[in-house]
Amino acid sequence: MLKTFRIGGIHPKENKFSAGKSIESIAIPTEVIVPLAQHIGAPCQPVVKRGDEVKVGTLLGKSVGFVSANIHSPVSGKVKKIDKALDASGYKREAIFIDVEGDEWEETIDRTDTLVRECNLSTKEIIEKIASAGIVGMGGATFPTHVKLTPPPGTKAEVLIINGVECEPYLTADHMLMMQKTEEILVGTQLLMKTVNVNRAVIGIENNKPDAIQKFTQAAKSYPGIEVQALKVQYPQGGEKQLIDAVMRRQIASGALPISVGAIVQNVGTAFAVYEAVQKNKPLVERVVTVTGKDVTNPCNVLSRIGVPLRDLIDFAGGLPENTGKVISGGPMMGKAVASIDIPVTKGTSGVLIIATLEARRKQMKDCIRCAKCVSICPMGLNPTTLMTLTEYEVWDKAEKEKITDCIECGSCSFICPSDRPLLDYIRLGKGKVMGIMRARKN
Amino acid sequence: MNMMLMAVGILGAVGAGGATILYFIGQKFKVDEDPRIEPVQDVLPGVNCGACGFPGCNAFAIACVEADELDDLNCPVGGAETMASVASLLGKTASKAAKKIAVVRCNGTCDNRPRKNEYDGATSCAIAAQLYGGDTDCSFGCYGLGDCEAVCPFDAIHVNPVTLIPEVDEEKCTACNKCVVACPKNIIELRKQGPKSRRIFVSCMNQDKGAPAKKSCDVACIACGKCVKACPFEAITITNNLAYIDDDKCRLCRKCVPVCPTGSIWELNFPPPRKKEPEAEATTVDA
Repeated sequence: MLKTFRIGGIHPKENKFSAGKSIESIAIPTEVIVPLAQHIGAPCQPVVKRGDEVKVGTLLGKSVGFVSANIHSPVSGKVKKIDKALDASGYKREAIFIDVEGDEWEETIDRTDTLVRECNLSTKEIIEKIASAGIVGMGGATFPTHVKLTPPPGTKAEVLIINGVECEPYLTADHMLMMQKTEEILVGTQLLMKTVNVNRAVIGIENNKPDAIQKFTQAAKSYPGIEVQALKVQYPQGGEKQLIDAVMRRQIASGALPISVGAIVQNVGTAFAVYEAVQKNKPLVERVVTVTGKDVTNPCNVLSRIGVPLRDLIDFAGGLPENTGKVISGGPMMGKAVASIDIPVTKGTSGVLIIATLEARRKQMKDCIRCAKCVSICPMGLNPTTLMTLTEYEVWDKAEKEKITDCIECGSCSFICPSDRPLLDYIRLGKGKVMGIMRARKN
Repeated sequence: MNMMLMAVGILGAVGAGGATILYFIGQKFKVDEDPRIEPVQDVLPGVNCGACGFPGCNAFAIACVEADELDDLNCPVGGAETMASVASLLGKTASKAAKKIAVVRCNGTCDNRPRKNEYDGATSCAIAAQLYGGDTDCSFGCYGLGDCEAVCPFDAIHVNPVTLIPEVDEEKCTACNKCVVACPKNIIELRKQGPKSRRIFVSCMNQDKGAPAKKSCDVACIACGKCVKACPFEAITITNNLAYIDDDKCRLCRKCVPVCPTGSIWELNFPPPRKKEPEAEATTVDA
């Protein structure tokens, strides 16, 4: 019997068309747009100005405040301007436009493929390197990694969990990264174990990736303390709290951090980025993106520089099909429809999903029939239909009591609802409002 | 017979006893309410809209009775008349706040602002605002999903189904501020109604620079500054690439209206100019 999380969960059709397609590098366009807000937290402060020459890896934006991350140039060339540009948030925000010239890298970066296993740096030095490389959670939430690795005083991590679940349908970027960069991910995991001072790490992989499970089990033998855990396929297992429950059988109290049960969770992509930053001095300037969709000619996994427009990725996969209804940045469950395909790839872009018109259309909302399907599948044990009603009628105090702020926005409720009610849309709205009220009360 | 008399007698005695106890309890725990509160509340509109800043008409009435002067208190729904009668009831002088009205500061109709994509999510501006800046290139303009219409207690604001921009019914609008709060884009503003309902304002919220603003919407404010130069009363300021007319300083001279190259400055309810044809925008709106 395979492990999985205990509350709720769904199993949407997997549709992993790009599985097994090895990662291909995509050509660098003539102009890239690098947004200054690619992470959760405060946007960066630009440190370059118009006309500056930059190389790959040159610092473009410096993090301000604790929860923030540096941003480096993904290309070499000249800074064209610093202006507002549309990004995946749907709004125009500050971004640096760079005219590409050649492909020159900073000398400090080791571009060879040789595996470097030894690391003599201290914990503090490793975290500093991670912070200066601007590494953020690569699963899509883009929370600055160095913040996660500095747990609040008085807490102690027991286990490091590496998230190789990739529970979103369609996406295969993490899967292919695991297949092609197994050793690198394991070294990255070792580095992460060192930073949080634990001697046990578990790599959680869903059972629909048997090749990855086998490869990791084989490779992990030479890395003491690292074990592989196969998990039953269940959405949203990639959620931090769900994964901890699946692996450790521990549940986190409402509003508490994973560290409260002794766990720290990092994505496989993050582990790989940590390896590159610490062992190869390479900042986060590129990432693996799955470009997929039912009608896409050539669904693929591409290695794209940050700042490349989604249009280039879609062209690489065979162009936009005629019947395109929506283009989604991320996966189908938690991703977001984009307003334009000229928006750039950012640190959190895990996939570009193209959905046909008929499938993309949202159905007319009907009355709630009280079937309680949303209640039984909610992985956080919430009552989505009540939360939606409370938001509609703006009953914020009750919504707070019903733990609206615990919602992880996985979208399972909207997915399962037979009346096509926009449950998550309302809950997300209410969550924001209630969080605002709670913050105001604190101050 | 005897039994019946006895029953009547006992019940009567119990009733009388209860009444006596209740009377004394009532006396002991009596809440003293200012007798002036009730008549004041009677002259208020009784909509409990909260536009005055108090949680309902009763709270406002109490505030009126307790206040030394009525200068800071105003019932925007009832207006000057109501405040005058409140003042006469209380023997105080009423404030002379000018009547205000809601104005919609966006003219991004389907003709002026080409739609780039289509939104088919939940019909709520607040929800759409979480997802993106809007279905056009302008991320400051109206979504047209009608959160203002849904929240209005007076049926005074309606989204025009053709232009997808809300329009305010001047007769019904009481400046209760509800739509101002509900709009996630901060497009609606309460402005002085002006003599004969005549007023001038910038009907745009676009804070992009000139070129992208103009590109995304034909009638966007491009912050060229011509109106600032034209204004003899220094009522117009430009902040974040957007002109704003201060209605305290504006004297409705209309000099700014013809100089605006994009027609984003609106004049409402003025008689048409004698020589030129009236501005297209100004005539299509009722305001």
